[in-house]
Amino acid sequence: MKYLAQAAVAAGLAGALGVQPALAETAKIGFVTTLTTPAAVIGNDMKNAVDLAMEHLGSKAGDTDLEVIFADDGFAPETGKQATDKLVKQDDVDFVAGYIWSHVLLASRKSVLDAGKFLISANAGPSQMAGKLCDENFFSTSWQNDQTPMAMGEVLNQQGVKSLYIMAPNYAAGKDMVEGVERTYKGEIKGKDLTKWGADAQLDFSAELAKAKASGAEGIFVFYPGAAGGAFIKQYDQAGLSETLPLYSVFTVDAISLPKLQQADFKAVLGSRTTQEWDPTLDNEANKKFVADFKAKYGTYPSYYAAQSYDAIMLIASAIEAVGGDMSNKDGIRAAMKSADYESVRGKYTYGNNNFPIENFYLREVVTDADGTWTTKVVSTVYKDHQDSYAAECPLK
Amino acid sequence: MDVSLLIIQTLNGLQLGLLLFLVASGLTLVFGILDFVNLAHAALYMVGAFICATLTYALGNFIYAVIVSLPITAAVGFVVERFVARPLYARGHLDQVLATFGLILVFETLAHMIWGPAGIAVPLPPALDGQTLLPGAIEIPTFRLVIIGAGLAAAGGLFWLVNYTRLGMLIRAGASNRTMVGALGINIQLLFSLVFALGAALAGLAGMLIAPITEASIGMGNSIIITAFVVIIVGGIGSMKGAFIAALLIGLIDTLGRSFLDDLFGLFMSSDAAENAAPAVSAMLIYIIMAGVLAFRPQGLFPPKVR
Repeated sequence: MKYLAQAAVAAGLAGALGVQPALAETAKIGFVTTLTTPAAVIGNDMKNAVDLAMEHLGSKAGDTDLEVIFADDGFAPETGKQATDKLVKQDDVDFVAGYIWSHVLLASRKSVLDAGKFLISANAGPSQMAGKLCDENFFSTSWQNDQTPMAMGEVLNQQGVKSLYIMAPNYAAGKDMVEGVERTYKGEIKGKDLTKWGADAQLDFSAELAKAKASGAEGIFVFYPGAAGGAFIKQYDQAGLSETLPLYSVFTVDAISLPKLQQADFKAVLGSRTTQEWDPTLDNEANKKFVADFKAKYGTYPSYYAAQSYDAIMLIASAIEAVGGDMSNKDGIRAAMKSADYESVRGKYTYGNNNFPIENFYLREVVTDADGTWTTKVVSTVYKDHQDSYAAECPLK
Repeated sequence: MDVSLLIIQTLNGLQLGLLLFLVASGLTLVFGILDFVNLAHAALYMVGAFICATLTYALGNFIYAVIVSLPITAAVGFVVERFVARPLYARGHLDQVLATFGLILVFETLAHMIWGPAGIAVPLPPALDGQTLLPGAIEIPTFRLVIIGAGLAAAGGLFWLVNYTRLGMLIRAGASNRTMVGALGINIQLLFSLVFALGAALAGLAGMLIAPITEASIGMGNSIIITAFVVIIVGGIGSMKGAFIAALLIGLIDTLGRSFLDDLFGLFMSSDAAENAAPAVSAMLIYIIMAGVLAFRPQGLFPPKVR
């Protein structure tokens, strides 16, 4: 009985504290990414960027202390949802950010949004969440999946590629990517393969590459993020396709795969082109500082995953600062995030009605930098202030 | 249908099948002779790939690296048998599954600590890195042919070892009646250690051969071990001949399914539906076959004579 009374007093005290927002001095951010399986190489890059953002902020947003709790999604929707549930219920975080994979984000969104918390995607941009499933408390610091391949489709048109073979993994984002390139590409599509994905993803593409070669297409479009990208490029190189079937990729050749490809000296990748909303060479102060400090701290170029994760933390910090650390002021936080009033490493952008960025997309080329490291540089701007195609389906204003 | 494409895909299927055989043969040896379920076989596959990747950079050549890595992987298998497997022979299969699953986690964490999470790409020497032109204007990556050759050589060596050598005779005798073999003065413990090490070396070889195609990465064994179990179930647990035929069968079915199923489906459904259904069905194909075998011939297609 005594304990019960004590518990009641404690609960009462906690309740009393809860209604005084000025005392909520720590804002908690849950960050869900992949920290096991071969895809952990992406998750580590994102975690590094988050750590760097916290270092740049001094772990503070204005006067409010920031705390980040990392969680592993194991590259599987069910594990990702469990990790998200734990962050929301047990750790009682204010924001849940991260998410590499569209199927993981789709599985986890309800846990966050139903609890009235804010959800920030630092990578995944499934079409559903840009359209019918959009939510006032969901923001993206990346893109909608279709946008990057749409930009690639435009590039293919400009370069006069008349026929195309398409390969992508068989999951939510893979389908979005295929849809994106098909939406803008005007030539003939000779064939298409969707391959098995997940923790036991298919990494041997012998059968698909033989089909692509036999199809007589003038180019091959692929989407293979993370470790699969390196595997694909090696096999593409070993099959001797670089002359007959030029490679056009999205999210495949990046700061994750390039160091390994350089170590093994796969020169076929030099000169290959991809589209992206960000690049380490983008000329703005925030980006210069981010890239220089990232390289100094971790010894590699940051990937776009890192850039988007850095932006996610900066966006959250800007919103917390705007409301003076009053975490109960949901409307204030929402409005501050919607204004995107922070120094994004991609430069200024705005939010559309569905809370996806309206931003530029660039064509990038793989080059050797002054130190001999393989990286990318911007060749041209494909889209200026581009909005995704699903915004109209979103009921938000 | 294009005949040369069919030939290329058949070769691709053969290559996948032989890789599967390398993994499945070790699994079926250890299960058939030692009556031990070894999930950690997947970890030995990964260990082989990582050791070979490291040595490729250290020695400067993939071929030397493979030659040096094989005995190292066998030694790892020997140690695992001595300290993990041996105390578990008397226990039930469930205990063995639990212990060897734990062993996978241990190996993966060790690999994470030693080599980091990123995985290692393995470069090939220039002679193996190109393409080979076969009769009929069929071009295929040279390294795929190397895998086929290495797989066939390993399979041949294994058949010779098991059927025509004294060691093979003892292995077969040990599988039939281990107490009797022990009573005849044969060191059965050492025999088991050797079998286990041999299985480890075979799994390691498969890992080494796949590393230049994909890469050495943590968790790489988890997908192939599942397929390898499908192979030994279809072939008949403990049967080397069954493992060989089933591995080729599964490799061919998987590859040809991925290649031609959408064309096949396109004959009787809309191209959109075929495009969506084909990847799903081709991913299921080998499990459908396993289910069929379990339903109609649960002992497998080629069960060993003595069990």
